[in-house]
Amino acid sequence: MSYLSATNMTGGYGKADILHDCTLTVDKGQIAVIVGPNGAGKSTAMKAVFGMLGLRAGQVTLDGTDISALSPQDRVKKGMGFVPQVNNVFPTMTVEENLEMGAFIRNDNYRVTMEQVFDLFPILKDKRRQNAGELSGGQRQQVAVGRALMTQPKLLMLDEPTAGVSPIVMDELFDRIIEVARTGISILMVEQNARQALEIADKGYVLVQGANKYTDTGQALLADPDVRRTFLGG
Amino acid sequence: MSNTRQAAETSRLRAPLFFAIMTALIVLEGVTSGWNSALGILNMGLISAIMALGVNMQWGYAGLFNAGAMGFVALGGLAPVLISMPPTQGAFKAGGFGLIVAFIIAAIAVLAAVWLYKRLHGLARGLAVAAVLIVGFFAYRFFLDPAVSAIEAINPSAAGNLGGLGLPTLISWPVGAILAAGAAWLVGKTALGLRSDYLAIATLGIAEILVAVLKNEQWLDRGVLNVNGIPRPWPVPYEINLQNSQAFVAQMQAWGIDPTLGSTITVKLAFLVLFVVVILVLLWLTEMSLRSPWGRMMRAIRDNEISAAAMGKNITRRHLQIFVLGSAVIGLAGAMMISLDGQMTPSSYNPLRYTFLILVMVIVGGSGSNWGAILGGVLIWYVWVKAGDWGPDIMGLLASPFPDGPFKAHMIASAAHMRMLVMGVILLGVLRFSPRGLLPEK
Amino acid sequence: MDIINALVAVTNYVIIPATAYGAQLALGALGVTLIYSILRFSNFAHGDTMAFGTGVTILITWGFQAMGISFGPLPTALLALPFGIVITSALMLGTDRVVYRYYRRVRAAPVVMVMVSVGVMFVMNALTRFLIGVDQINFDDGARFIINARQWREMTGLTEPLTLRSTQVITVVTAVIVVAALFWFLGRTRTGKSMRAFSDNEDLALLSGIDPNKVVAVTWIITGALATIAGTLYGLDKSFKAFTYFQLLLPIFASAIVGGIGNPVGAIAGGFVISFSEVGLTYAWKKVVTYLIPNWEPDGLVQLLSTDYKYAVSFTILILVLIFKPTGLFKGKIV
Repeated sequence: MSYLSATNMTGGYGKADILHDCTLTVDKGQIAVIVGPNGAGKSTAMKAVFGMLGLRAGQVTLDGTDISALSPQDRVKKGMGFVPQVNNVFPTMTVEENLEMGAFIRNDNYRVTMEQVFDLFPILKDKRRQNAGELSGGQRQQVAVGRALMTQPKLLMLDEPTAGVSPIVMDELFDRIIEVARTGISILMVEQNARQALEIADKGYVLVQGANKYTDTGQALLADPDVRRTFLGG
Repeated sequence: MSNTRQAAETSRLRAPLFFAIMTALIVLEGVTSGWNSALGILNMGLISAIMALGVNMQWGYAGLFNAGAMGFVALGGLAPVLISMPPTQGAFKAGGFGLIVAFIIAAIAVLAAVWLYKRLHGLARGLAVAAVLIVGFFAYRFFLDPAVSAIEAINPSAAGNLGGLGLPTLISWPVGAILAAGAAWLVGKTALGLRSDYLAIATLGIAEILVAVLKNEQWLDRGVLNVNGIPRPWPVPYEINLQNSQAFVAQMQAWGIDPTLGSTITVKLAFLVLFVVVILVLLWLTEMSLRSPWGRMMRAIRDNEISAAAMGKNITRRHLQIFVLGSAVIGLAGAMMISLDGQMTPSSYNPLRYTFLILVMVIVGGSGSNWGAILGGVLIWYVWVKAGDWGPDIMGLLASPFPDGPFKAHMIASAAHMRMLVMGVILLGVLRFSPRGLLPEK
Repeated sequence: MDIINALVAVTNYVIIPATAYGAQLALGALGVTLIYSILRFSNFAHGDTMAFGTGVTILITWGFQAMGISFGPLPTALLALPFGIVITSALMLGTDRVVYRYYRRVRAAPVVMVMVSVGVMFVMNALTRFLIGVDQINFDDGARFIINARQWREMTGLTEPLTLRSTQVITVVTAVIVVAALFWFLGRTRTGKSMRAFSDNEDLALLSGIDPNKVVAVTWIITGALATIAGTLYGLDKSFKAFTYFQLLLPIFASAIVGGIGNPVGAIAGGFVISFSEVGLTYAWKKVVTYLIPNWEPDGLVQLLSTDYKYAVSFTILILVLIFKPTGLFKGKIV
């Protein structure tokens, strides 16, 4: 069984379902990417995995334990880390304080983890005393990822981490995400930049209208002519 | 299915039921404490109901929190003084010219400052605007101060103010509405369109200032010296005239009523008829407007500002409209109240009584419901008056087990404040358990 | 010499009173701004909370005085203050439990919360009146002056007197201590930082495992303490009257908004902006003018505004800020 396995998820916000029998799995240390057209339910699927959405059917297990009934906060304690797409930092707090807040639920010494985050994102170390709200878009995303890493998650979920950043910054962010995955953390990520994201993906999901349309390795999806034509613009 | 019909049935019976209860309470008051007291409560209750109608337009239709109803009530109350009081002999001659010049200077200075603000930039703008305002202020005071002293010197024990125009009192009612509307336009123009509670804070401020003006500008309304003997509106008679009228006395004696008592009740009934007419007109207007496309749009904006804005509605403009209209109704009530009292006492304006109590009326009656505002107005006014009466009794009962001494004395002395507690508890209770009020909006 | 006399007059009638008043407003505005940042509404009950806290402190002061306990040259009220804070904060927590918590759970709109705070205002108003009545109360004991007019004249030989009342110094010293403690708490402690995080981004704070109930409870405790301290200092400096405290709501809100609502530094700056404007504009400058311009005696008092219009000053500054810089002098929260 995969490290994260969210199977047959069906549900939505109101009466109408957004997700229809959607299944997402990620193995240990792997990068899984969810792509698809606008309104396909990508972010919704991610939120369902994180427990921010009531599911009518389906099950979410993490490392073999059923976490379907847990609140997002409890899922964080179980080893999930979540980086929302927007509003994902504390703008009037310093970078260091942001990371500290990330470690709020930890009672042990988090200094080592903070050093690891600084190693991963050296720029943050230089700007540790600066308010997160004053940083550039790319740096702010690094703070957001760093904050989520402070709980030492086993699974890191990123909702469009490269939205609104320049291509150069995007490449750098993807490099960092690969580095994170190499340390054994599983990654589940929603991405608009489908082509670049699939290139680094061990596993890719193409969602259409809340259902799995294609599921394969990232490379295979990139090579699939149907996927290329319909979703990657040729 | 049957359930929904039942619900519709109860909601249809709800309004008559509550109005019947209200009537019963007033009748009970008439039987137990006399009809003068009952009609007194009812008349003031109806005036409060009109204030509540105005606040309901703002809070109920549009979700605007006006924390300064007191100011508009007070400003409306200025109208009877300025319109229906006789002019003070020689006052205008003594200071009228100075006043007019002063106000023209003030208007020119403000307009010039606005114009400069729009034309210039940077440091020059700040300096020029400040210079114009400072020079304008001193010029204004240069003309105003002597004019004010001259007016206040005329017969200070009885007048010392400009006096009024000597016109019929009824005319002052719409004028009160216009005065309030003008002030509301100024406040709304600046504070609307910002965070919702900024309007509350701005109106809280303007109310304090308006009352401060009424308290201090003696040349205008004699300030804390009060204006007495404001003429009654047509066709309300004076008690003394009735008592001197042979026909009236004969009629009362024929009915077996003491003529003095009869005269006071006749006066109150005449006011009552006048107020009921005003309320019916307002109700008709407000109900019509609520059902019109304009009213539907208002509610659409209140219920979902974002989607209304997306549909191209200019929300700030609509809010300004409703805020001005609601304040006009509050000002009308303020003018009516002064006509009823026959005197203007600026120091009696208290925000708890004239701002926050009115809000309680609106919320208890049912936000957005005009009938609810009227019910809430009369009912809450009744409770407010009666809580003042019952407070000492209840406190006396509570204090009876304690031995005589300072503690017991303190308890009984504090009973007068019971009504504050009652109002707070009612407001919190309604907000929590019945947020749509007694007569919910349909 | 006349220039020095003018300076002394300005210090005596403007700078010293405005500094004390500004410190009181700042403490009040800090309470308003904290509630605004964490609970996200303008608390109309704050003035009456100050009145309640002061009322309790006065009662305890009287108790101490009856028992013969005093604080030497300092006012006994300072000894009573901690007890007043505990009782007021407990009342705040109780109010939150009985009233506000429900509206947080249903995620009520801010304007509904404001309305709820009006209900609380009525109840607090009644409690204060039950407790201590509506009359004006002076409860300042201890040494009245640090410098009085006669000492000053003997010391300096100037004609212009200068007095420094002990309550003014106590106000400023206490305010500095309280503000320093508050900033230390918000900036250095885990709980304080979690409050700032909650204020910055509630959803993210919840995701990070910050307990909202604890944050809210601590906020009410601090607000109760700030309100009691601000109210007691104001009462010591001037006098206590329940209705005056309700009226303080306007300058306090104005201070918070002028500084940038939700921003504690702004609340303090705003308090002094309002107090100096209010005192400066309502002061009769005749004396100063006479010192500065020899051989000229102005006719009037050279008073820009009568003191009855002091609320107009707060209001005008408030309106100017709302028009030209809605986020306040120091960037406040969303407009």
